[in-house]
Formats: sequence, C-alpha cells, structure tokens
Amino acid sequence: MHNFTPIASLMGGILVGLSASTMLLMNGKIAGISGIFAGILNPVKDDTLWKSCFVVGLLVGGMLLKPLVSTAYDFGVVRPYSVLAVAGLLVGYGTRLGNGCTSGHGVCGIGRLSPRSLVATATFIATGAIVVYLVNHILGGQL
Amino acid sequence: MKAALTSFISGIVFALGLGISGMTRPIKVIGFLDFFGNWDASLAFVMLGAITVYFIAYRLSRKMPSPILAPAFSIPERTRLDARLIAGAALFGAGWGLGGFCPGPAITALASGASPVVVFVAAMSIGTFLYTLTTEMRMSKLRSASTVVQVAPDS
Repeated sequence: MHNFTPIASLMGGILVGLSASTMLLMNGKIAGISGIFAGILNPVKDDTLWKSCFVVGLLVGGMLLKPLVSTAYDFGVVRPYSVLAVAGLLVGYGTRLGNGCTSGHGVCGIGRLSPRSLVATATFIATGAIVVYLVNHILGGQL
Repeated sequence: MKAALTSFISGIVFALGLGISGMTRPIKVIGFLDFFGNWDASLAFVMLGAITVYFIAYRLSRKMPSPILAPAFSIPERTRLDARLIAGAALFGAGWGLGGFCPGPAITALASGASPVVVFVAAMSIGTFLYTLTTEMRMSKLRSASTVVQVAPDS
C-alpha cells in the first residue's frame, strides 16, 4: 500500500465531520454537497442564501489550502478533458437521481444510520471500484 | 445572518478537511477504489473520522427541540430503497471512479484554477441541470395524464 496517509486522512475526516455537525446542530441542515450545489443552480426559495454561503466557504477554504497544504492540488491522476466531461455528467446526474453523494449519503446519512444512505454508499463504492478495475487493470491505467 | 455566517465558516472547515485528508487529489480517491491494485485505504479513514463525529452530533440533535439558529431540523425522512436511489448511486460511482472527483472536492479544487477541475465542474453542472430538465418533463407528462400523483420532495 503506497501513499497511505491514515493520520492526515483521519484528521481531515474529523474536520469534515465537525463542519457537517455544525450545519446540523446550528442550522438544522444536511451538509450534502451535491444537493447544496444543485440548490444554487436551481434556486429554491429560503434555501439559496445558506447554500451559496456554504459554497463560497468551500471556495475560500480551497484558496486557503494552497499555502496550508502544499500537496492539496497535486492531483496525481488527471484524466483527459473528454473523460472528465463524461465523469462530471455522471456525477451531476447520478447524485441528483440518487439524492446524494459522498457527503450527504457517505458521511451524514451513514452517521444517521440511514438504510438508504448505507445502500447508496455501498453502491457508489462498488461501481467506482468496477470502473477503476476496468481502467487500471483492463485498459492498463491510461484513458 | 448568523446562520449564513455559520454556513460560510462550515464551508471553509469542510474544504480544509478535504484538503488535509488528501481528498482533493484524484490519485487518493482512485487509489482507494483500486481494491485489486495498490490499494490506498486513506479514504476509509476520512469516512471513519467524519462519520464518528457526525454520529455523535446526530444523537445530540435528537435531544434538541430545534437547531440553535433555525426553527426546525430539515432531515430526510424517506426510508424506502428504490430503483432511483440505486441507479443514481451507481451512475455517480461510475463517474467518481472515472474522474476521481466527487462534488465537494471538485468545488473546493476549483480554487486551484486548474482547467481539468473547471471542465469537471462544468460537466457536473450540466448533469445536474439535465436531471432537473428530465424530471420536470416527466412531471408535466404526469400532470397532463390527469391522474393525482404525489411527488416526493428531494432532500
């Protein structure tokens, strides 16, 4: 196992959990990023402000990462634009059809022990693993 | 105003957490999904940390009559496992494995200004928009069929 970073990943995960917990306990909202993002593209009354503030926060946090974590944007694997476009379409459409992504289902949903989120998370990890298997072991890692 | 500020700060902390944990790097995500290759278990540790904290916070929230800055909790109440959920998660997972980005890290990494991320997020926006479009078309078809249909709200 190379690149394994258990401590940094656990610490980062705790920060993600604290952020999502703050959204729940203070604002009563689920920190599901795909839903928040969709809510900005297709605004719903009364929900646009907090969703916009959260996304602006993500972007500001993203800017702070540059000086704080030198490797944050060493992507390591960068797919061609055409592949990223297909990936983005699948992520955008799939997260809306399935009502959530890694944050909404994977963190908040599993944290609530929601059966829907447990099934969704198992499903997206499984299909993700199948695609990575095909790309890395059948197609030789290059796209 | 306080609720908006809380959302803003939570967004910052969320992004920092993703960056520190390595999740803004597709190599870490694809490394986790590569169970039959050089498996990188880091993503499981991100989930472990985040879920443990959230599990405690959720238990706490059950004892509160309302959140601190809002009149009520907005928690999804659906419990039915349906084809939509599975199909949606399956499509999302395929895209996640293909590009190595999911929505949170992708939006965070927009701040890097890297063009692959811009392409991914633009496509993700189109995918989100396509969903809204197809759902609205389906709903108007249902309405014109003059049957009474209850449509569950999205979470």
